[in-house]
Amino acid sequence: MSDKSNATPLVKSGLAEMLKGGVIMDVVTAEQARIAEDAGAVAVMALERVPADIRAQGGVARMSDPDLIDQIIKTVSIPVMAKARIGHFVEAQILESLEVDYIDESEVLSPADYVNHIDKWGFKTPFVCGATNLGEALRRITEGASMIRSKGEAGTGDVSEATKHIRTILSEVRALAAKNDDELYVAAKELQAPYQLVKQVAHTGKLPVVLFVAGGVATPADAAMMMQLGADGVFVGSGIFKSGNPAARAAAIVKATTFYDDPKVIAEVSRGLGEAMVGINVNDLPAPHRLSERGW
Amino acid sequence: MLVGVLALQGDWREHKLLLEKLGAAVLPVRRSQELDQVDALVIPGGESTTMSNLAKSFGLFPALREFVKHKPTLGTCAGLIMLSDKVQGAAEGQEFVGGLDIESSRNAYGGQSYSFEADVEISGESERVALIRAPRILAVGKAEVIASLNGEPVAVRQGNLFGATFHPEITGGTKLHSLFLASIS
Repeated sequence: MSDKSNATPLVKSGLAEMLKGGVIMDVVTAEQARIAEDAGAVAVMALERVPADIRAQGGVARMSDPDLIDQIIKTVSIPVMAKARIGHFVEAQILESLEVDYIDESEVLSPADYVNHIDKWGFKTPFVCGATNLGEALRRITEGASMIRSKGEAGTGDVSEATKHIRTILSEVRALAAKNDDELYVAAKELQAPYQLVKQVAHTGKLPVVLFVAGGVATPADAAMMMQLGADGVFVGSGIFKSGNPAARAAAIVKATTFYDDPKVIAEVSRGLGEAMVGINVNDLPAPHRLSERGW
Repeated sequence: MLVGVLALQGDWREHKLLLEKLGAAVLPVRRSQELDQVDALVIPGGESTTMSNLAKSFGLFPALREFVKHKPTLGTCAGLIMLSDKVQGAAEGQEFVGGLDIESSRNAYGGQSYSFEADVEISGESERVALIRAPRILAVGKAEVIASLNGEPVAVRQGNLFGATFHPEITGGTKLHSLFLASIS
């Protein structure tokens, strides 16, 4: 078919558009993936250890075993994402060959390159990348990311960093939209992002790709708050399978994400969920253990 | 005339923008009381398992099944699956609205690596559209084929009900939505 084209920017960012208003859940086994799908997840993130365990166990965190990813792909009908280390383009090549639906170039794993991120334009598989501010988001998009998520502080159950990041990104977008065209050259310099992309954001008043929140979301109320702050959707990592009743909590977070502006529904789904993950306050984390400071 | 867009999950805002561009008033629909207010409904792209799950949890299926019997409804991608009478590759326990006498197959081209853009023929005219982890229409029953790609049906109509495997709301093409709005009297 001569007129058919794969992996265009539109096709890559298009899948993220379909995930909007949904919850993407970290899973470490095929059984957890099934629970996530049954609870209404729009996608699962296949990994070997959830961020809370990576944090507790320490050591170098890498891409998951291909067998695990294969099993999860076979088990569910929803999209499957998997993580590659920052800058580790061979892990990304492996994930592409496994036909995952999205690659997360993630600060949750140990970075493989402290200078360069992956050149994501060379891949057919779309990428999601973390960001803490607008400049970082635009640099990732320049490298070919088709979706952005806040970094938050993964594995803590403390939503404060995610709040900071989504607020920062969206208020920087609003500030750009208020600028005159002749002020955008300096704005691009300050954001350390290409002028054309800065101009596009200033004129449209939004990021050119979907913006999710990740890192510390643990309750239905957390998810709804992120949606009210303007997120397109939510990643939940350790928050579900490190809690007392994962199936119930997962389903509740899905419902709260859809009815994010209806406190009655959020109250109803928040009842009787059992223990939330124990959590760590971000302020108690020594700076070298803060994952959100990885990447630039 | 008020057109509803099912806003449980997915790219409903893109449908809303496209419908508004064509002059329609639009209401996002998440509750049966909202469904009661609208004259027509669009079920957007997204994850059909998630939409089905939420529709079940919030008791929307009876109202949706009644709605599609009498009022114009358009489904794209996941929305087409929701409107199909028969679905291959459904998740365990997944429910559908039904109404379109077709058999569809979920993610029938494969995963995201097999998603693509292509030109399809809609009522004899060519339009660029995106097929993202798209379903395929395996059998059309009583429905009429209104768009095809290399001879294979990609959009159908049966009376007031429309379904497409692609996403005009992503590429911004207006042909399908125009046909749909024209059918609402």
